[in-house]
Amino acid sequence: MAKSLAELKAIREKKIDEIQLRHGKDGYRVVVGMATCGIASGARPVMIKLMEEVDTKGLVDVTVAQTGCIGSCRLEPIVEVYNAKGEKVTYVHMTPEKVTRVVDEHLALGKVVEEYTMTVVDGKIIDPNVKG
Amino acid sequence: MAYKRSQILICGGTGCTSSGSMNLAKELKKELVKHDIIDEIEVVVTGCFGLCELGPVVIIYPEGTFYSRVEVADIQELVEEHLVKGRPLSRLIYTEKGDGHHPLSINELGFFKKQKRIALKNCGVINPEDIDEYLGFGGYTAIEKVLLTMSPQDVINEIKASGLRGRGGGGFPTGLKWQFAHDATSEDGVKYVVCNADEGDPGAFMDRSVLEGDPHSLIEAMAIAAYAIGSSKGYVYVRAEYPIAVKRLQIAIDQAKDYGLLGNNIFDTDFSFDLEIRLGAGAFVCGEETALMNSIEGKRGEPRPRPPFPANKGLFGKPTVLNNVETYANITAIILNGAQWFASVGTEKSKGTKVFALGGKINNTGLLEIPMGTTLREIVYEIGGGIPNGRAFKAAQTGGPSGGCIPASLLDTKIDYDNLIAIGSMMGSGGLIVMDEDNCMVDVARFFLDFTQDESCGKCPPCRIGTKRMLEILERICEGKGIEGDIERLQELAEGIKASALCGLGQTAPNPVLSTIHYFRDEYEAHIFDKKCPAGVCKHLLDYTINEDTCKGCGICAKKCPVEAISGEKKKPFSIDLAKCIKCGSCIEACPFGSISRA
Repeated sequence: MAKSLAELKAIREKKIDEIQLRHGKDGYRVVVGMATCGIASGARPVMIKLMEEVDTKGLVDVTVAQTGCIGSCRLEPIVEVYNAKGEKVTYVHMTPEKVTRVVDEHLALGKVVEEYTMTVVDGKIIDPNVKG
Repeated sequence: MAYKRSQILICGGTGCTSSGSMNLAKELKKELVKHDIIDEIEVVVTGCFGLCELGPVVIIYPEGTFYSRVEVADIQELVEEHLVKGRPLSRLIYTEKGDGHHPLSINELGFFKKQKRIALKNCGVINPEDIDEYLGFGGYTAIEKVLLTMSPQDVINEIKASGLRGRGGGGFPTGLKWQFAHDATSEDGVKYVVCNADEGDPGAFMDRSVLEGDPHSLIEAMAIAAYAIGSSKGYVYVRAEYPIAVKRLQIAIDQAKDYGLLGNNIFDTDFSFDLEIRLGAGAFVCGEETALMNSIEGKRGEPRPRPPFPANKGLFGKPTVLNNVETYANITAIILNGAQWFASVGTEKSKGTKVFALGGKINNTGLLEIPMGTTLREIVYEIGGGIPNGRAFKAAQTGGPSGGCIPASLLDTKIDYDNLIAIGSMMGSGGLIVMDEDNCMVDVARFFLDFTQDESCGKCPPCRIGTKRMLEILERICEGKGIEGDIERLQELAEGIKASALCGLGQTAPNPVLSTIHYFRDEYEAHIFDKKCPAGVCKHLLDYTINEDTCKGCGICAKKCPVEAISGEKKKPFSIDLAKCIKCGSCIEACPFGSISRA
């Protein structure tokens, strides 16, 4: 089918998002722990939700990747968000529902969702669910 | 799911395809299905990345990790490590010689750092069989700009101002060529645009790579040329020996027709353009423009005298623009970025970049694109990664059978059209063959003349007979039967052929001989007067001897000798019967003690 100029433009815009990967992205890099521990505690649905959200919210600068065991298996599923400088924020005990908020606030607006993060006190990891 | 978190680019150029890249693609998809990540990772087969030496090449984005020499057996581990666990597989990451560092992105590689990619901008980046990818990279916006906002003369002025010169070898200003065809009148209004993709130089594959990696850029550029000169019909003349290029170009033409980017009234304007492929049978002379047009017309591929030039009386007697693939590959970038931008790259009289196919005695065999004015030293040592096995650079041959050899003393020559001609070579279409101290320059000259003599169409006597006589003299020099005066005879014949041959093939055929005599006369003299080949190549001039002091008498050489020329008693030094020896060199390779030498 012959394409009109507007149709060509639409194809271009759709493709640009997909091809963006090959230019290298300068936005957030989100890494999901997908070792046995992560998968067993439900990392896969977290990752799928993450990809869906990043896609539907049109965050073309964001990279989604998976990684192996991060080391704190009891805190899985773990999602780590790196900014362009390589600084990271670690979210623990993630669920598909929590992902939506991380995408909306952290990835879209740059606002860290403090209550989902891992907090470190005197070198000891404090499970955010265990208050006090 | 539409979202792709990662894209795996596999090189589908001819080099990597022949080293098995298509099997990799199949295996990759199988592994991705096995791990249930096929929906989130896209496998893209692209054109040539340029580092053919390291093929098959796989690049994984968004990281841009560059994996080289990947085998089917590696795929399982690669998918598990990089894509499932997110750990780059350093075992397969290309590391530049000597540093042991595994660069995590291709942008770190020296091979790519010095390059500037205009003609090859999409090669190895997009899937050449998907028009949508080309569109995504800004494809067909140049023709849109041309048809909707520019007059034909505007287009020609832009190309003229850019300083673009023909990349096929001669270096004629492209804008001027288009102007001549624009101004020429045709009684029935018919004009043609033709693309010369009959790449015949031994070792050259620039045009093939563009056709394989970015065929739509050629289609778009030819449509722009057609609009500029007032044509509605184009032909791409490509040799049948390029099956992948032909297939991808045909797919691209079909897709462009489907999208209405070829055909009648493109973008609802008055401009119509149709494009067809014509296959050549692989005769070198058909790369000469008049012979090429004869071949398209269905006649014998022989050149015809010029003038009349194709711009006035070309294909089927009509005004014709004929450019090479790489020339067209620069057009869309000039239209989109402007003539000023293009002219800011390169030297005073040679603007833009040039693609070279780097081959011979070089570490990074492959395809590269450099700004005009880059020195030969930068190409050989920084992009090419130097000479293998610690050997010394001796010469570089540019321009294929029509060019000349550049010696080490001229390594700092800035490469452009005029500088290369000044030192007795030429740009040619972009073959660049590096030679080290093991190459005999007389033998190199003999090789190229053997090629041109074989490919001479025979229409004009200077080329048909002259190259034959030159070849005979070179052969006798290599056989140790050269006589005093042979060098002068070669030079006299060369000047005569250059002055009187009908077409470019004959006029340039003597160049390799003249330039090697000019820079390496001592080697010719050693062959003729001392009956020695200093590089140890011409086997008639070599004698093999066994060193009696170091020979242990093991007899391995005697077993390997195909003509039983070596004999001796066990544990005593062996000897070679020179009357029987055919100088094949098998004994040198076989000897565990390095006791056999040739001189």
